[in-house]
Amino acid sequence: MLLLIQYTLIFASVLLLVALGGCISEHSGVINLGLEGIMVVGALGGALVMRSLATSSALVMVLVAMLAAALAGMLYSCLLGVAAIHLKADQTLVGTAMNLLATAAATVFVKAMNTAANPDKPSSEIEYVYARKLFVVNINGFEFNWFMPVAILAVVLVYIFLYKSRLGLRLMACGEHPQAAASVGINVFKMRWIGVLISGLLGGLGGLCYILAGVSIWKFENGVAGFGFLALAVMIFGQWKPARIAVSALLFGLFRALSNTYTGFPFLVSLNLPGNVYNMMPYIVCLIVLAFTSRASLAPKAEGIPYDPGTR
Amino acid sequence: MRKLLKNEGVQAFIASILCILAGLLIGFIVLLCINPQGAGESILDIIKNFFTWSRPASQLKQFGNTLAKAMPLVLCSLSILFAYKVGLFNIGAAGQYVAGACASLYAALAWGWGWLPCMLLAMAAAALLGAIIGILKAYCNVNEVISGIMLNWIALYTTNAVLTHVKEQASPYTLYLSKENPSALLPTLGLENLFSGNKNVTIAVPLAILAAVLVWIILSKTRLGYELKATGNNRNAARYAGMAENRNIILTLVISAALAGLGASLLYQTGYMRWECTQSSVPTMGFNGIAAAFLGGLHPIGAIFSSFFIQHITDGGQYVNTTFYSPQISDVISSVIIYLCSFVLFIKLAMRRMLAQKDEKKGAK
Repeated sequence: MLLLIQYTLIFASVLLLVALGGCISEHSGVINLGLEGIMVVGALGGALVMRSLATSSALVMVLVAMLAAALAGMLYSCLLGVAAIHLKADQTLVGTAMNLLATAAATVFVKAMNTAANPDKPSSEIEYVYARKLFVVNINGFEFNWFMPVAILAVVLVYIFLYKSRLGLRLMACGEHPQAAASVGINVFKMRWIGVLISGLLGGLGGLCYILAGVSIWKFENGVAGFGFLALAVMIFGQWKPARIAVSALLFGLFRALSNTYTGFPFLVSLNLPGNVYNMMPYIVCLIVLAFTSRASLAPKAEGIPYDPGTR
Repeated sequence: MRKLLKNEGVQAFIASILCILAGLLIGFIVLLCINPQGAGESILDIIKNFFTWSRPASQLKQFGNTLAKAMPLVLCSLSILFAYKVGLFNIGAAGQYVAGACASLYAALAWGWGWLPCMLLAMAAAALLGAIIGILKAYCNVNEVISGIMLNWIALYTTNAVLTHVKEQASPYTLYLSKENPSALLPTLGLENLFSGNKNVTIAVPLAILAAVLVWIILSKTRLGYELKATGNNRNAARYAGMAENRNIILTLVISAALAGLGASLLYQTGYMRWECTQSSVPTMGFNGIAAAFLGGLHPIGAIFSSFFIQHITDGGQYVNTTFYSPQISDVISSVIIYLCSFVLFIKLAMRRMLAQKDEKKGAK
């Protein structure tokens, strides 16, 4: 049971961070379907730092790794920013390309690095056993991860940013009616860049959190198994509102955690379902939930439409 | 010359070539960064693919293998472009492809069906997934990209579970089709004689080309295609004009999915590939279909050539010097190409603007 709570909380943290990123980006008017790729790049950035900082104190390790992941994510999100904001590209296509590119590039990079170190082992894995120990604190069998408070902090900050700050309110205006926003002197391009970069930051953090969730070795060939898209589903279920997103992240986290821990519940084991069913669970729940919540969607009105100052 | 440049098709062609060149250049730069020594040789190996073999007979044989894998890719890219023409981004093609593989392999290995029924079942299974996405989109307003991705994973895990019943005892791979049920293998029609006896070249080649022509006819010459495109352009206007817009959305995704399912059957029923039942990621075929569709300028006939090109460099990746590099460099190149393809509209616009400016200058003189 404790294990289930632990995994629920950590997977919810991943989904929460990434979904908040998607939420801010969409409020600024850019659909970020590249979150999956941003997560991979963020995870890679964090993993590289964790590998190279072999002996350092917990505080330094946690902060530097998080910083690296956030920076890597932001850098990668620039690909989306340039294409979607300035070149008026199809945002769905750009996002898809980013997802494919991230996994391929990360694999090539890590393999090249590993081959350089040891030519006999061209694997796409990075190990961070020591670093992971610094990220988690064991309290009576419950693995507390520093990402849990970070995720909670992120919800609060995003809420204050979007609803209480001048910048956030302006940013949201650009996702609802960019022409109206521009008419009162708001720089729509700048706001959308801020939205995309913040989503890169949160997406990168989420990626690092994901690879630290349960294991201490990561194979970059595998990407992040659709978590970026699950996060988008969390965002839609949360109706683009931070507090609701937090609740739905917990729900999805629970179903994802079940696939890790169902063997610990005699009741579930007695059902005798194949493991694949539990693997599918989060995705199935996601479909069902979306079917019921997408109709009355509160999506930002101008999302996905490139801003053209010439139209009114 | 100028007249030629104003032609829409020529512009699309130039844009695609630019994307390819830029993609290869970036691939080359990546190789250079990893290790400058073998970079030039390796990028040439990727471009040469089967030409790296010295004997003409083995070249032909490897050419046949690339062709055999390019045909399912043609179908996947047709699937993507068909939906995209109707304004839907069917990223679920990857999962529909998986469903097709599941249905055709299970029917062939467990029930001993012949090749045609297996193929039709593959299309039906994929179409079912497409219908789910379509219904969710039409009646519940669910974004087809997200439901598509979710179904990709559901299809993957279901397929792993189902095909475990027909796998080898000692390995995670499904049984050999050629041993268990040769009647499910696609007929070769003597095509193998053209490729030094490569039995992987089958009826799939003419079938894929036929499918491309059919898609082209449906989209540009029939009433159905017109209605579908109208729905894609503006759902409300289509309804106002008396079209059944919900039916059209579902129908589009069903057809698109059936194409992807057919693609899987064209690969797995050649016996060239077997399904690995412990696979933990969705096969890239469906995603490469996106690259091929856009690289082909979203034209069904263009898709044939672009699919072959994408498969050509993907296979070419196997020939890179693996002491320095990994074969995934081809995936990097093709994903860069997809990224650049999203600027095609921008490139075309720039070309048109340049031409218009030249015309204006000429007029002023």
